[in-house]
Amino acid sequence: MFDLFARVFGREDASKDVAKERLRLVLMHDRGSLSPQALEDLKNDLLTVISKYLDIDQEGFQVDFSRHEESMALVANIPIKRRRG
Amino acid sequence: MGEAIVITSGKGGVGKTTTTANIGAGLAQAGSKVALIDADIGLRNLDVVMGLENRIVYDLVDVVEGFAKLRHALIKDKRFENLQLLPAAQTRDKTAVSPEQMKDLVETMKEEFDYVLIDSPAGIEQGFKNAVAGADKALVVATPEVSSVRDADRIIGLLEAYEKHKPYLIINRIRPAMVKRGDMMDIDDMIEILAIELIGVVPEDEAIVISTNRGEPAVMNPNSRAGEAYRQITRRLRGEEVPFPKLEEESSLFGRIRRMMGLKG
Repeated sequence: MFDLFARVFGREDASKDVAKERLRLVLMHDRGSLSPQALEDLKNDLLTVISKYLDIDQEGFQVDFSRHEESMALVANIPIKRRRG
Repeated sequence: MGEAIVITSGKGGVGKTTTTANIGAGLAQAGSKVALIDADIGLRNLDVVMGLENRIVYDLVDVVEGFAKLRHALIKDKRFENLQLLPAAQTRDKTAVSPEQMKDLVETMKEEFDYVLIDSPAGIEQGFKNAVAGADKALVVATPEVSSVRDADRIIGLLEAYEKHKPYLIINRIRPAMVKRGDMMDIDDMIEILAIELIGVVPEDEAIVISTNRGEPAVMNPNSRAGEAYRQITRRLRGEEVPFPKLEEESSLFGRIRRMMGLKG
């Protein structure tokens, strides 16, 4: 009952939406055959390469998969502090 | 020439064997000639779910190794004259049979039966490869839970790699009341995630436990909701267009009384 109450007032997501969101992410990794560890490695490699040319805000650096309809994309968000050199 | 259908899931305990038993019995009830193969070597269970465990003489491995003739190993179900079971070996393991041997066996059986249903073991290793080797079609059983859906997705990926199998989804043990309050993924959620064609939705039903206790598939019970869902799957497999009914909650006292009186709820 409390669950329902909390949900009506928007304090808690329906648990099936949590399940769907978690599945969406985990399946993206599964289907792309990239483990969370491999994604982390990719992120670090990208960071190393890009840092050679640009000064990156490492805090805001984000890499993740994103799905549009049937296709999947690797999306990187790389905030730049300033150009190097 | 019959059709070979593998029932698979990836994850264990989602209802593959129950599904195989019920669809097999349902198809036989509808007049088709059906053979069931228990491909879960070392962990056989289709025999007990069907209530045929006391009649095993030879098994799948005996046949493949040429120790027994197929017709001697097949157990005839006395309740349906056109239903037969080829049990798995219990004291061997999956490596006792190869995918090529399974393919040959299934081909031979398709000459005699309208449907050859293959109950796959859990997992994605050799037991799974054996089970799918001879199949023309695959039914993927998944419950509306993250672990089951994830494994089903993996299995669908593997089946699509084999190409010749078109996978169909059976959503098992769905609980309408939980779906209604947003605590269980619904049919559309499952189809959206797994992106394959739906062939059946089986509600959670105590009648399954009872029928398994007795070794009588629920599809034989006219008052079981799961049994009705299996009858619908059977008709779809036989090529009939059967609409998917709306999920209904089994909570009203009136509904229960109607059911007790043997009326369809």
